[in-house]
Amino acid sequence: MIGDYTYDQFFSILAMQGFAGLVLFSVFVLMALGLAIIFGQMGVINMAHGEFMILGAYVTWGTGLFVTNFAPALFPIYFFVAMALAFCASFTLGVFVEWAMIRHLYKRPLDTLLATWGLSLILQQTYRSVFGAREVGVTLPDWMMGSLPLTDIIEVPINGLFVMALTTLIAIAVALLMYKSRWGKQVRAVTQNRIMAGAVGINTKMVDRMTFGLGCGIAGVAGSAFTMIGSTGPTAGQLYIVDTFLVVVFGGAGSLIGTIASAFAISQAQSTMEFFLSGSMAKVLTLLTVVGILMLRPQGLFTLKIRR
Amino acid sequence: MTDAPANGPYTLNRRKLLAAMATIPALGMLGGSRAFAQDTSTAAVNTTGLAVTDTDVTVGILHSVTGTMAISETGSVQAEILAIEQINAAGGVLGRQIKYIQEDGASDWPTFAEKAKKLLVQDKVASVMGCWTSASRKAVLPVFEQYNGMLYYPTFYEGLEESPNVIYTGQEATQQILAGIDWVVDTKGAKSFYLLGSDYIWPRTSNKIARKHIEMKGLKVVGEEYYPLEHTQFNSVINKIKLTKPDVIYAIVVGGSNVAFYKQLKAAGIDLTKEAPLLLTISVTEDEILGIGGENMVGAYAAMKYFQSIENDNNKAFVDAFKARWGDGIVIGDVTQAAYLGPWLWKAAVEKAGSFDVDKVREASPGIELATAPEGYVKVHDNHHLWSKLRIGHARLDGQYDVVYETADLMEPDPFPEGYQ
Repeated sequence: MIGDYTYDQFFSILAMQGFAGLVLFSVFVLMALGLAIIFGQMGVINMAHGEFMILGAYVTWGTGLFVTNFAPALFPIYFFVAMALAFCASFTLGVFVEWAMIRHLYKRPLDTLLATWGLSLILQQTYRSVFGAREVGVTLPDWMMGSLPLTDIIEVPINGLFVMALTTLIAIAVALLMYKSRWGKQVRAVTQNRIMAGAVGINTKMVDRMTFGLGCGIAGVAGSAFTMIGSTGPTAGQLYIVDTFLVVVFGGAGSLIGTIASAFAISQAQSTMEFFLSGSMAKVLTLLTVVGILMLRPQGLFTLKIRR
Repeated sequence: MTDAPANGPYTLNRRKLLAAMATIPALGMLGGSRAFAQDTSTAAVNTTGLAVTDTDVTVGILHSVTGTMAISETGSVQAEILAIEQINAAGGVLGRQIKYIQEDGASDWPTFAEKAKKLLVQDKVASVMGCWTSASRKAVLPVFEQYNGMLYYPTFYEGLEESPNVIYTGQEATQQILAGIDWVVDTKGAKSFYLLGSDYIWPRTSNKIARKHIEMKGLKVVGEEYYPLEHTQFNSVINKIKLTKPDVIYAIVVGGSNVAFYKQLKAAGIDLTKEAPLLLTISVTEDEILGIGGENMVGAYAAMKYFQSIENDNNKAFVDAFKARWGDGIVIGDVTQAAYLGPWLWKAAVEKAGSFDVDKVREASPGIELATAPEGYVKVHDNHHLWSKLRIGHARLDGQYDVVYETADLMEPDPFPEGYQ
């Protein structure tokens, strides 16, 4: 016996909490990747990140509605189409926003904070006017909502597995894009020395635009995936924004590895503490720890050496 | 019918309220007797300079139509507008048509206070229908007490308040909790409970009352947990629920968290239709199920005073009128119905008083009966809350509830329950 639990129960707890922690980890990575790309590579603090996610969620909802009404046979697999559409929608909006707003503010990094916050309010009110103030219910195919029973106590949620798989795929894709492709090389060159990169013939404006679009697009996919675990409403993006910034800042701006490591640390700490303490206390302790570490190490867990 | 028990451990505020209450009869006498009820000239029905003319009277509607609370408050605005239009169609109040000024609290509590002041001081409205969260009510309360306004507040809430300037048309905590727990113990044989809530005053106060009630019955609370309002990951608490195996999950989760909680509960393999554990909530109305999705909620029980599916003639007419006014696809939750009562209760009180004066309306309010309420008969208590029934709804796949139980009698509102604090 350990405490009130038998050994059998205790190991089940460990297994289930471990899995819950991994799911949380995947959710954090998925949330933070888009922001990390934009913040890390461009130095733009995108306060409207949550609203780009919710755009993806609304696209998923719309696709679901369309498929139910016009092609019910495709319903079990509509989610994949919806994710692709969510990426396209958020990418397009991201590129447009970069062209209309962000590019004028590169020399005034603090102003982007204000401008994107304004954008997030505008987007929220737009969603409210177009889709209504109430939350919408996204219907998911049955196969995505169940769970796989392993033992009496241990059950593995399928949506958790789905989010983990998706996160892995996207993280690998982003890593390949950033570190193996020609475009990634250009992005990194612009990050390290914008003037020099321009001088050797890289179209830095186009690189900026595509980077911002990519970050927003990934946010859209994340929003689409989160319809499985969360709500879809005009202000639902705000639910994610704090955790997202926490992960990115703690990990160290500019480092994708840092983002992943910080997501892992925060998620494991939080899910372990949630089990032994109450939910609110766990959150407070997590935040305190993060604040403490950031005081000792203001640059975050990992940093790139960048010539300013 | 008595006033709520005094002697509670509530020092300043409570005493202030009681002192204010004590002045009411005196004010009433100053205002003259009801012999003037027949005289409906503006000079007679409006002695305090409210926005009343020979042909119309102006009231305020104060809810959030922007910001995070717009999700919840939209239904209340719709219900209040519908009630006002119906009253006007039936001839108005004391022969005057009701006009309304709508202000947006924007989900921001100082804004609520500012707009309340504007409605009372600048617009001189005769009454205000509004507020949703306890935080917004607490923000406007000093304004209503200072400028002597009348607020009709629609939401079920934690109690512990009794203002002479507010009529509470939703349930206070005991009305929603006690009978619900009695029901689940008596008919389902529940022995152990897991209490869960969002981390703010209403869920915490409600769970405190629930815990007391459960323990007084000699039953067990196996867990009690609170999560921040914006929390979206409930896997840990679901694991704890699986381990402690309670008979009942007593859930008071609100807002966006709600959707995450029910989706993850289902994904974790807890099928609510099997009732092992059974889930009883006091925070999920038909409105919230729109976001949660009927397929994630089916099988859960909710304790409310109103469900859209209640079968009586009043409700049938109400639902038809609501859909005709606001669209077929709309659903009506508990708070929406309570908001609908506001204008009608005010109308009845004004007509009983024969005056729009706030002091006279207040004096006339206790004892006002509304036989036409969609939830059935309701009556205003001396403590400004409503006598109402409690009903248990069983969630269906289509997002509606089947009413499986209702209390035989109206339940007395008791905002300061002794022995539960």
